[in-house]
Amino acid sequence: MKRLINLTPSRGGRWLLGLLPFLVVAMVYLSLSNARLAENPNDRLLPAPATMANTFYTMASEENQRTGQIVLWADTFASLERLLIGVAISALIGLSVGLINGGLPLIRAKFSPLVTVISLIPPMAILPILFIAFGTGEAAKIALIVIGVTPFLIRDLQGHALRLPDEQLIKAQTLGGNSWQVLTRVLLPQLTPRLLNATRLALGTAWLFLIAAEAIAAQEGLGYRIFLVRRYLSMDVILPYVAWITLLAFLLDQLLARTSRIAFPWYHAEEGDKP
Amino acid sequence: MSLLEAKRLEKHYGDHVVLERLDFRVEAGDFVTLVGASGCGKTTFLKMLLGTERISRGSLTLDQRPIPEEPGPDRGVVFQKYSVFPHLTVLGNVMIAEELSQSRWLGKSFGTARRQARDKAMARIEEVGLANALGKYPHELSGGMQQRLAIAQALMMRPRILLLDEPFGALDPGIRQDMHELILTLWKEQQLTIFMITHDLKEAFALGTRLWVFDKLRHDPQAPEAFGATITYDLPIGERQPPADLSARLSERGLKTLTQETLL
Repeated sequence: MKRLINLTPSRGGRWLLGLLPFLVVAMVYLSLSNARLAENPNDRLLPAPATMANTFYTMASEENQRTGQIVLWADTFASLERLLIGVAISALIGLSVGLINGGLPLIRAKFSPLVTVISLIPPMAILPILFIAFGTGEAAKIALIVIGVTPFLIRDLQGHALRLPDEQLIKAQTLGGNSWQVLTRVLLPQLTPRLLNATRLALGTAWLFLIAAEAIAAQEGLGYRIFLVRRYLSMDVILPYVAWITLLAFLLDQLLARTSRIAFPWYHAEEGDKP
Repeated sequence: MSLLEAKRLEKHYGDHVVLERLDFRVEAGDFVTLVGASGCGKTTFLKMLLGTERISRGSLTLDQRPIPEEPGPDRGVVFQKYSVFPHLTVLGNVMIAEELSQSRWLGKSFGTARRQARDKAMARIEEVGLANALGKYPHELSGGMQQRLAIAQALMMRPRILLLDEPFGALDPGIRQDMHELILTLWKEQQLTIFMITHDLKEAFALGTRLWVFDKLRHDPQAPEAFGATITYDLPIGERQPPADLSARLSERGLKTLTQETLL
């Protein structure tokens, strides 16, 4: 008998083993839901899958009578727009500050402590300040995402820049490179794939801040909808929405992962990523 | 005039003396191999040549000018590892040398300049025998091929001196033999001046025209850091074979040293 750590599932087995927990969760939900619905057909807490599918289909296909928009798509676009703008701004700031901090000791000495302190501020605690400063429009929500995500990206990229072997920086100088060239031709290309992977990790946080901001003040958005229908105990809306958000998050994550693998194969070989 | 000259060169870290009493002249075309026990300051010496370690006292001049305190294109280098850029292909790794000097802002060239850089790089790549791996990234190359690439890269700038820090230390014996032939060919063809650190005394004899042994002349057991290492032997190597009586000749000088124990 092989040791447990040496037993690996076959290709089909891997799928099956991965699927199993999902099936178990679905079964548990179904049985609980059935039990409650048998007692009270109007129960709202654990709606039947058919009810959820119906509601979700309605939200995805029928126009809202008041606004004339299809609710699901309006919410999705609003949320994705905020999320992507926020993450893009964070990535841009994170990359430039991380690059400069990681590459120039003089700048690092000045800014690194500041970044560390800022990264320790709980972003939710300054949300009121953002609402006061930016109003309750889009700017405040995007600002919250930026404030929540950027310090992490900066610190991760700065750390990665510092971990690059000194030999490479010395080599670039012996090849005649000036400071600017070392930053743009040696550090920047090696930080870009790191940025993609750090952004993947940061997306979870970005979603958190997005939904929190939408829950507090918004007219549309996925988080807004969930917190709105909570008043009516509409689990048939909340649960599909949560699943939908999860799917969107998964797709974004996969998009970044694939892009990174295709564009920067050398990075993944270096990190020793297993396929 | 000598290419490289040191006068009363010293290196300390605070009270810790690493190197002392270094006096030498090196002519263009010399192939100096540096041996010595671990931690005796060989690498520190190489870093002083490279410009990443500051000189504490004395002078070190290249072409009668003090060595600058940062690395520059007049001194090429190949480290044991991490010498090549992982994000560039073989061609990119060699071309970058030309591109950095052609385009001060972008560090990338286009059109005719790019073709010229490519041709120049191709010549270097062919010299080291990597012409059939142009599009490969360093992680796809073996250790020996990576070192070949690093050498091609360093030679792009036509450096006045080439510094090799145990370049073949991590390679298999067979590959090492090939690398020895390569570096000797390049040294002869391009009249390079080379400093090479090695742990392998046979390698030091096989390649060098001069062999330097780094060791401490004085040793105070109460204060082991009070005295630094220096070049205890500067052996001209004519026949490229270790003299049979080397061990005897070394101990004749009255020194039973750590270096002898580790090396001979």
